[in-house]
Amino acid sequence: MTASLTNPAANPLANPLAARDHARAMAGTRVEAMPMLPPAADDLPADVAADDLLWEETIAPGGYATRRIARGARLRLIDLQGDACASMLLFNAEMPSERLNVADTVKVQWNAYLGAGKLLLSDMGRVLASIVEDEAGTHDAFCGTSNAATNAAKYGEGGNSGPHPNGRDRFLLGAAKHGLGRRDVHPCVNLFKGATIAADGAIIPQIGPFAAGRRVMLRMEMDVIVILANCPHVLDPRTDWTITPLRATAWRGAVTPEGDPIRNATPEGQRAFQNVEDYFRR
Amino acid sequence: MSDDPHLTGLPGMIVHDVIVPARAPWLHHVAAGQTLRIVDLEGNQAVDFLLYATQDDAERYSAQDTVAAQGNLFLREGTVLRSNEGRPMMTITATSVDYHDTIGGACSCESNTLRYGHHTKAEHACVENFLEANLQEGRGKRDIVSNINFFMNVPVEQDGALGIVDGISAPGLSVDLRAEMDVTVVVSNCPQINNPCNGFNPTPVRMIVSA
Repeated sequence: MTASLTNPAANPLANPLAARDHARAMAGTRVEAMPMLPPAADDLPADVAADDLLWEETIAPGGYATRRIARGARLRLIDLQGDACASMLLFNAEMPSERLNVADTVKVQWNAYLGAGKLLLSDMGRVLASIVEDEAGTHDAFCGTSNAATNAAKYGEGGNSGPHPNGRDRFLLGAAKHGLGRRDVHPCVNLFKGATIAADGAIIPQIGPFAAGRRVMLRMEMDVIVILANCPHVLDPRTDWTITPLRATAWRGAVTPEGDPIRNATPEGQRAFQNVEDYFRR
Repeated sequence: MSDDPHLTGLPGMIVHDVIVPARAPWLHHVAAGQTLRIVDLEGNQAVDFLLYATQDDAERYSAQDTVAAQGNLFLREGTVLRSNEGRPMMTITATSVDYHDTIGGACSCESNTLRYGHHTKAEHACVENFLEANLQEGRGKRDIVSNINFFMNVPVEQDGALGIVDGISAPGLSVDLRAEMDVTVVVSNCPQINNPCNGFNPTPVRMIVSA
């Protein structure tokens, strides 16, 4: 465009108002992966009022999204086309040094696999979120996400600016938007892509592709920062970088009551909820 | 040649040799190429273990990167301990125990309240040791991630049931780790007394570095 730089009259966007009009003309564009503001969804559960909707966003293949979500709110994730991988970090929003602890999550619950009724525990003995519904059954608390080196090895390149973004670099950008950094990107869980463990310790990835539209619903048990990265599972065996859009929807909900069956399902979980309730006793 | 059986087969000269008391933390800088040997002196003692890249301690051991890279949860001879940026930090060059754990995490005062009850809140725990050691070098809670538990046994059953079960170690058994970069080793000689990981009796371990 050297010619237009030397001859402004030849460039229709050479003055600020023209540039403004050009920018404004984009308004109203709809693409597949974008947030809806204000949020709107035509498939909310019957008992959820439209004005309780907090967040509606479709996260691109290779994209990420992050948001603060209040205690009691529900976060519904949908694997729209069957090949999403929701790698997730969770922090206590008011004290982000408290974060998801995958080791405590599996150890305290005496089980390796995530699913309906399971708790996502912090490193402070509290429940950050509960999995209240799960249509997928294929999740993973062990493998973590990809990084620049693993993507470079598999796809030839793996940075944020290229065609094959990796999960860790997505997490780093998401963390940075809350003032967090490299020390804060902790071990994650992967939803929709799974891993089972054989007796000899071998990791058996469950990569799919799966049926379109599988859903997972989380209930936030504390005020959290969630960071979602939607990149291929680190053990995805396919040589092509393969990932499809992930939809996130959140709405307000009641704080978990004392009689809640998930709260009371195990003595360990019950004490984790007691620790949450004690934290909010102020 | 020494007749100390704990030194058998260690390459090079001994540059550091210390006994970490039961329940205590330990921090040491191991240079690239050096070998760290951990000796379980009395048997059935879990050694909770973290690694930081000495030149840039935001790079640290990553259990998830380590197990994903080898496609297996258990740490065995030949396992490369990888960083959160996917780089090799140390390699297990020898182990007299079949495998070691990296999914069970570290005990903490807070997780003890979940696992055993609030009466255990005041007991000493590995995270307290990790914090104490890391604070000496300006690291803190954000720097504590999923760790290794040498000499600890956490099997996963077919239905996903998992737990810390009785140890697979015995007196004098050891593990050797060769540093692939300059690393800062942070250890908690596990003080847990509510599960079998230490035989309900925490005991000393020996740390030997050869160059």
